[in-house]
Amino acid sequence: MLCDKCKERPATVHYTQIINGVKTEMNLCEQCAAEEGLINNETFASVANFTPFSVQNLLAGLMNFLPEVGNTFVGQQLKCDNCGLTYDMFRQTGRLGCSHCYDALQDELNPLMRRIHGSIEHRGKIPRKTGGIIRARREIDELKEKLEKAVKEEAYEEAAVLRDKIRELEKEFGK
Amino acid sequence: MFEHDNDVVLSSRVRLARNIKDIPFPSIMKDSDAENVIDIVKKAVYSNEILSAQFIEYDMKNINPIERQSLVERHLISPDLAQNTKNGYALIKKDNTVSILINEEDHLRIQTIMKGLNIKEAWNVADKIDDLLEENINYAYNEKIGYLTSCPTNVGTGIRASVMVHLPALSITGQIGNILNSVVKIGIAVRGMYGEGTQSLGDIYQLSNQVTLGQREIEIIENLEGVVKQIINNERKARNDLFTIRRVQMEDRVGRAYGLISNARVLSTQEYMKLMSDVRLGAVLKIIDIDIKEIDELTTNIQPGNLQKILGKQIDPYERDIKRAEYVVQKIKG
Repeated sequence: MLCDKCKERPATVHYTQIINGVKTEMNLCEQCAAEEGLINNETFASVANFTPFSVQNLLAGLMNFLPEVGNTFVGQQLKCDNCGLTYDMFRQTGRLGCSHCYDALQDELNPLMRRIHGSIEHRGKIPRKTGGIIRARREIDELKEKLEKAVKEEAYEEAAVLRDKIRELEKEFGK
Repeated sequence: MFEHDNDVVLSSRVRLARNIKDIPFPSIMKDSDAENVIDIVKKAVYSNEILSAQFIEYDMKNINPIERQSLVERHLISPDLAQNTKNGYALIKKDNTVSILINEEDHLRIQTIMKGLNIKEAWNVADKIDDLLEENINYAYNEKIGYLTSCPTNVGTGIRASVMVHLPALSITGQIGNILNSVVKIGIAVRGMYGEGTQSLGDIYQLSNQVTLGQREIEIIENLEGVVKQIINNERKARNDLFTIRRVQMEDRVGRAYGLISNARVLSTQEYMKLMSDVRLGAVLKIIDIDIKEIDELTTNIQPGNLQKILGKQIDPYERDIKRAEYVVQKIKG
């Protein structure tokens, strides 16, 4: 099959368009298809230029649907004291300015994060150095759960070991 | 059987987004902050015995556009980092399995990449490097919401695990749309070969986790792996069905693609990708005798940046299509 447009080269791009129920079919060669803007000639060029939607646009879209936060007065501008980023700036770019923004804008960010992730409670990795106490606290919580289970199952020897471990950790890191 | 399911899975990647405490995020930071970040990360790498001997440095402002593009095409850096010719910096492990990207959307991103289905191993390595770096870097971390990132879509674990899959049979049999629509519903994002905003070419798709907060890393990894394994099974079944029920048509399709790819005089990336998909499928189904590892290497090498790097010069797109055809014919015919 030859290209519908140039009638010279073989048609390798078969394009079907349906507008208001009217079906149009086109059989084009790669070159004519590229001229019509139906395909990109080079993959990498498309990597750089082809941005149908961005995370920022999606975030902005989500934020527009979020209910107004109760304690935010109309016109009041939330702002991070550390870096100066305002909520409006975040809305436009989808990027936060610094780690303090999470505290400063939390009333607005929390519902957004809940919507994106379905949760606002981190359950993943805890950094060793910065998270020493947090790590211990989580470990204590986990041990307490195990202890409860051991007592229920009347595994008293195991329970005693767990209890000692908990005491040891609590002594080391405070309660 | 195939090594790490590489009949369907091309590669597995894990990246961790991290920021340094008390330095503004890249979107608003000053050049002096950016330089500071590069120094801190480099010091953390070089002061560690295990890490120090393994990395090569790439300063985006000092390397030429072809080299930058080639790094993107080999998935060693992101398109965003390649564009940051002011402050972008990368440390890439000599065997190309680990990249530490500096001053991208976050201060640092640790990325590990492995061939085939290997997400757990990729996570284990990333996790270890993260621990080693953390000995010398104070991360921005919050007890409640975890690792703090420039964009709230990455907060928490900062993890993005992704798997690149080749799904020609699901595409031929028309099941692809349904499958991709359903994985999206359970929190898996589907993208083209080069990430966000790119088209899928050659029936290659990138699947990755959406959620980064509220789940443990291993849960996120296992969830993605579980979904990918089901997709692998579906793809294999479709391949098998096609081969048994439509054998002649399949042999015809693969034979035609092979004929074109091995005799072409002018070959664009786009056309190569389309033909490659059938040729790769034909290789897996043993219709033609080519090693899929060689095809995958070829697919990386014929991308515009890599091709120009191999040829050692910058050439215009049309000339490139001719050189690409020459290169492919030579590699395929041996």
